[in-house]
Amino acid sequence: MASTAETDVMIAADGVPLKTKLRRAERMRKIWALGLIAPLFIFIVGGFIIPIISLMTLSVEDPEIPDALPRTAEAFSEWDGKDYPSTESMIIFAEELAAASRGEFGRVSKRLNYEISGFKSMLKATARAADDLALLPADEILQGYIDIDKDWEDQAYWRAVKNASSPYSDYYVLWALDLKRDGESREIVSVDEGRAVYVEVLIRTIEISVAVTILCFIMGLPVAYLLATLPTAKSNLLLILVLLPFWTSLLVRTTSWLVLLQNEGLVNDLGIWIGLWNEPLELVRNRLGVYIAMTHILLPFMVLPMFSVMKSINPWHMRAAASLGAPGWKAFLKVYMPQCMPGVGAGTLLVFILSLGYYITPALVGGPDDQMVSYWIVQNMGRNANWGLGAALSLILLGITMVMFFIYNRFVGIDNLKVN
Amino acid sequence: MTDSGHNRGAGANEPLVRFENVQKTYDGEILVVKDLNLDVERGEFLTLLGPSGSGKTTTLMMLAGFESATHGDITLDGQSLKSVPPHKRNIGMVFQNYALFPHMTVHENLAFPLQCHGVDKSEQEAKIADAMAMVELTGFERRRPGQLSGGQQQRVALARALVFQPQIVLMDEPLGALDKQLREQMQIEMKHIHENIGLTFVYVTHDQSEALTMSNRIAVFNDGIIQQLDDPETLYEKPKNAFVAEFIGENNKLIGTVKDVSGDRCTVELESGEMIKALPVNIGGVGEKSVLSLRPEVITVEPGADNTCDDIHTATVRELIYMGDHTRVRVETCGNDDFVIKMPRGSGGRSFDVGQDIKIGWHSQDCRALDAA
Repeated sequence: MASTAETDVMIAADGVPLKTKLRRAERMRKIWALGLIAPLFIFIVGGFIIPIISLMTLSVEDPEIPDALPRTAEAFSEWDGKDYPSTESMIIFAEELAAASRGEFGRVSKRLNYEISGFKSMLKATARAADDLALLPADEILQGYIDIDKDWEDQAYWRAVKNASSPYSDYYVLWALDLKRDGESREIVSVDEGRAVYVEVLIRTIEISVAVTILCFIMGLPVAYLLATLPTAKSNLLLILVLLPFWTSLLVRTTSWLVLLQNEGLVNDLGIWIGLWNEPLELVRNRLGVYIAMTHILLPFMVLPMFSVMKSINPWHMRAAASLGAPGWKAFLKVYMPQCMPGVGAGTLLVFILSLGYYITPALVGGPDDQMVSYWIVQNMGRNANWGLGAALSLILLGITMVMFFIYNRFVGIDNLKVN
Repeated sequence: MTDSGHNRGAGANEPLVRFENVQKTYDGEILVVKDLNLDVERGEFLTLLGPSGSGKTTTLMMLAGFESATHGDITLDGQSLKSVPPHKRNIGMVFQNYALFPHMTVHENLAFPLQCHGVDKSEQEAKIADAMAMVELTGFERRRPGQLSGGQQQRVALARALVFQPQIVLMDEPLGALDKQLREQMQIEMKHIHENIGLTFVYVTHDQSEALTMSNRIAVFNDGIIQQLDDPETLYEKPKNAFVAEFIGENNKLIGTVKDVSGDRCTVELESGEMIKALPVNIGGVGEKSVLSLRPEVITVEPGADNTCDDIHTATVRELIYMGDHTRVRVETCGNDDFVIKMPRGSGGRSFDVGQDIKIGWHSQDCRALDAA
């Protein structure tokens, strides 16, 4: 290689600048590397990021009225919400109701019924007479509505139509938190006590997740310690036993707990036969059953990260601590446990986050008061066909997960976590 | 050097540690330590030296309390250690891999034993500062072990074992992970620290030069038995058996049969036919096998008329290795072709040719007749 004095560019032996040569050489490697990660990258974008983003958008969309009654939505959004909407917009509303297809009408009436229950039937009656209603002169139009149903005299109904007219709203997110915007003032207020469901469900979800995480930690710690301190041959065998549950389906494991714990199940029969108790205990279809089954299913996720971290701890540290005058418990707490923290952090975070999203297990072994937020997401997305609320609950679940992540990052440090 | 004798008096003269008929087995079949009797004197630097598997580390671990003796008793300051757990023995220990706590700073590592021993907060600071000064690491208190070099970690480990003023400090090959130069420097420093604070040190190593450099006394272990317990000089110059002669320093070995013992000399006939006069140290009777031990530096090359060598033989030069300060001359003599002679620089060692025949001689008192191990 040589260097030309004028430009100070390093030239390779064949006269091409050295940097160009290097870039060419590197390019092929970069293309190779990108080619290797491309399938996974495309899969993650298509199978994970896009669905999550679209689900999240679903929770802030409010498309029924803008889609089905576009002119009404436009006219009502110009109304300031005081008194009644303009007579023109009342006419437009009647015209569009008359023109709406069956499906469109169904979606609109369902949406408005969320605002005020009973709206659906009132709207049905109005729609039947909408053709005639639209023909009324401007000064008689309100009276026309009131003639069909006297509730139209209540401005709240008109405001409900306006409030549902915006294509985007925080309506479902607030609903998922048992909140709503006041029809008139648009301030955020709590829903009536009778309709409040989801805050309790969210608290219950966190409560169950915390309890399961603590149970897994208490039960997993000795197992991980044993695995880490036993000779390799023995610990490998035990590790297989720890991993064994992974080889059976979640559903099978859950239903087998149902079989074991039910009133005529093995545990109750055994307990009564030995004489520990006389009447069958309620072990399932309640919170206890949820704790037992979930702890069992999630235990490996706690044991494995703790095991891998404990295995990397120098066993001489405990001896060193003893030689320095620390009794066993002190050596364990001050020397061993702090070094386990990355594993404990990873294990508890993993178990907690997995618990937050549990659905099948509480649905099968829990009672009605033990259902977690995932159950309600399924209920709303499936049976109730309320995608907005389902998406909003998912959004809040995701939010809780992220908050947990953030808290962990503050106290443990995500880059400190060791899974394996 | 302190007196190497076994002073079995009372009070302050009583040994700090005493191993009495200690045996240890891990599997119930093989004794790792066989009938060990060993006294550790107050304030001495005692090294347990031996090849791996010789029982030296096991002995140290029994003293520390991490292993229990299968038979026999160990006493510290007159008290049996049998039912004393490691954390109550007040024994400081430096481990092979240092075993510094990675999640604590150097300061916290040193404070740990003080907290365990219930030392006042204010006193703690003074002790930590003293210990850090002793190992010349003042200013490194806020670092974590991972941010220190191997040599610095070693010093922290030493400071941590000393800071709570234990009765005795045990070290298990603490310099093993350091490079040669640093190791030699640390040996001298450790020796000075020992001299300055006057604590009792028990040190385990397989490196004989390390043992010779630092120790007051060395116990040479092999096969679960102490082969010889002496000060470095005696151990090197007057090895009691073939193993010690071979293990410590360089040694030329000649194997033969004892023909005659008369007074302080014996005559040994080698397999090659030569008759050698030697100092009988550890031999059976006439007719028994014996190993003769000759240090390379006691051999005189081409002894002149004025020297006092009383045993002179012919040797053929096989190899010359220039070592800087001396030349190693490997010769074949008396049926041994791995006979090494060290010739200091300037003594003409380089003027030989390979294949040349030379005369070599020694004093028969430097030729030690030992057991045929």
